[in-house]
Amino acid sequence: MPRAYTPKIVTANDLLEGDVIYLTADDRWSRRMAEAELITDEAHAQLRLLDAERQTDRVVGAYLADAQAGESGPEPTHFREDFRRRGPSNYRHGKQETAPQPRA
Amino acid sequence: MYLYSEFDTAFLAERNAQFRAQVERRIDGSLTEDEFKPLRLMNGLYLQLHAYMLRVAIPYGTLSSAQMRQLALLAEKWDKGYGHFTTRQNIQYNWPKLRDVPDMLDALAKVGLHAIQTSGNTIRNVTADHFAGATADEVADPRPYAELLRQWSTDHPEFQFMPRKFKIAITGAEADRAVIKAHDIGLQLVERDGVLGAKVLVGGGLGRTPMLGKVLNEFVAFDDLLAYLEAAVSVWNQLGRRDNKFKSRIKITVHELGIEEIRARTEARFAEIRPEFRGADMELLERIKAQFAPPAFRDGSTAGFESAYSNDPVFRSWIDTNIAPHKRADHAIVTVSLKAHGATPGDATAEQMRLLADLAERYGHDELRISHEQNVILPHVHKSDLPAVHAALKEHGLATANIGLISDIIACPGMDYCALATARSIPVAQQIATRFDELKLEHDIGHLKIKISGCINACGHHHVGHIGILGLDRAGVENYQITLGGDGTETAALGQRTGPGFAYDQIVPAIERLVYAYLDLREGPEETFLQTYRRLGMAPFKSALYDEEARADAA
Ligand code: SF4
Repeated sequence: MPRAYTPKIVTANDLLEGDVIYLTADDRWSRRMAEAELITDEAHAQLRLLDAERQTDRVVGAYLADAQAGESGPEPTHFREDFRRRGPSNYRHGKQETAPQPRA
Repeated sequence: MYLYSEFDTAFLAERNAQFRAQVERRIDGSLTEDEFKPLRLMNGLYLQLHAYMLRVAIPYGTLSSAQMRQLALLAEKWDKGYGHFTTRQNIQYNWPKLRDVPDMLDALAKVGLHAIQTSGNTIRNVTADHFAGATADEVADPRPYAELLRQWSTDHPEFQFMPRKFKIAITGAEADRAVIKAHDIGLQLVERDGVLGAKVLVGGGLGRTPMLGKVLNEFVAFDDLLAYLEAAVSVWNQLGRRDNKFKSRIKITVHELGIEEIRARTEARFAEIRPEFRGADMELLERIKAQFAPPAFRDGSTAGFESAYSNDPVFRSWIDTNIAPHKRADHAIVTVSLKAHGATPGDATAEQMRLLADLAERYGHDELRISHEQNVILPHVHKSDLPAVHAALKEHGLATANIGLISDIIACPGMDYCALATARSIPVAQQIATRFDELKLEHDIGHLKIKISGCINACGHHHVGHIGILGLDRAGVENYQITLGGDGTETAALGQRTGPGFAYDQIVPAIERLVYAYLDLREGPEETFLQTYRRLGMAPFKSALYDEEARADAA
């Protein structure tokens, strides 16, 4: 029996700012993980990753990260993605200093 | 202080212009990330977890006031108002924007600073004893030789595509403050029959396979040293494994072939290339030396210092921990702690950097140093100026009296910034410092070095911490492994693992148990943690760590 596929999101860093960004279902890049497209199908995940990687003038280092469905959208399953989503713990910098702005 | 020649200036300007064009081409899409990445790394630009990071070299840890002010300017103008000093005597900016980086590099070039060879498989920024040129215990100032090595290695055609990165550290004193045994090559200046030379160590390094350097040669005279080092590096450049990143460092080559074989091959190669050197390097060294001439020290009474020392307990405590003996009895070496309790080790705000620059200008012959322990040093302060220096530091939160104590922790950026990290290290350091400050035990505990790394790469030097902490990812949770008995000085030793690691919320209590065990076990306040460990070994500390934990679990 095939193993259940762990849902994924496509994440990367913004080319100009370096900020962590997430690919949404309607093909935007959002700074909020909750807006990411939660992908439950492996073939679709690969296609979305290719979509992301093609945008070489906008994003850096796109990859698939494990995620799970939460109340208000996808949530991380691993602490690394949780830190990427939140920002550093020693200062309220990065995503913690500005209200999350969806990106065009 | 070394001033860049016109050649250096032109070279930097050209490199920066090239990089500016490369950044433009990356932004307009004509360079892919795969093409751009090696170029940005060559210029010290990394992509970290939340942002880009620019790593700026501070050769042999020496800065002028003007350079420190420029570092402050970068922090303010293009970052978030602070910079992070690292264990490699570099400064890192955690939040630059890609478009701004060429401007940052141009601003650095104005004061002779750059980010070249802070990355990649090259000879990296040469690190040195941060007390160089000031300390009472050195044979000679090692920095002129460090500068010679920098010039020799920068863009050296043979050394741009080596099996792996290569790190050199140099000290002029027997007391090792530069951790030379943990470098690919470690140099200790020694004098033999009136001739200056160096003891050459090879094959040290921390990381995944920690090893202490071995003696390659007890004495190589200065006349031959550069040729000898070139021989050693080229032996490894030929033999070093390019097929496996984890086996490529010279420590593995030395380990696999044995030090005798490496020595024999180095000697053979040395004999071949020695004639090519013909003394040009020595002429250059003489010219460089002139730029490191000692400052014009001031004579004067130290009575004001003596009276402040007897009358002001806060000042006295700071003097007792943060001051080291200068080669002149009426001067002192001041270590300014960047480890205020609860602060991020190694971070300085733009305002603090400016204050330090002002103090160096006013009281310290314009010189500053960055230590691998992530503190800032004013190497030449007349003792009569110490009360004024202390007062100014106090106003800016820089007068913490904790050098060499439990809260003077080395911590790498860890998973708060670093893309390679497996766990956080900064908050662990913050919590340990805060905890022992609350307990008011710090001065009673005495000399104790805690070093924390957020992954196996060991930038936080945890293997050579008296207590080392390594943050790992164990089945998706942060887990911290403890090592004991490490030592990064001339009596270097690698720490031994205590046993299973501790969860994030258990690591501070674990350290507390270790320290209480030490306080119980020591023969008296003079016996340091490391001495107690060396006398008694692992067993009583292990018991404090795990038996008490088991008891607590059972209760
Ligand atoms: S030790 Fe690891 S986590 Fe820490 S700075 Fe080095 S690579 Fe990053």
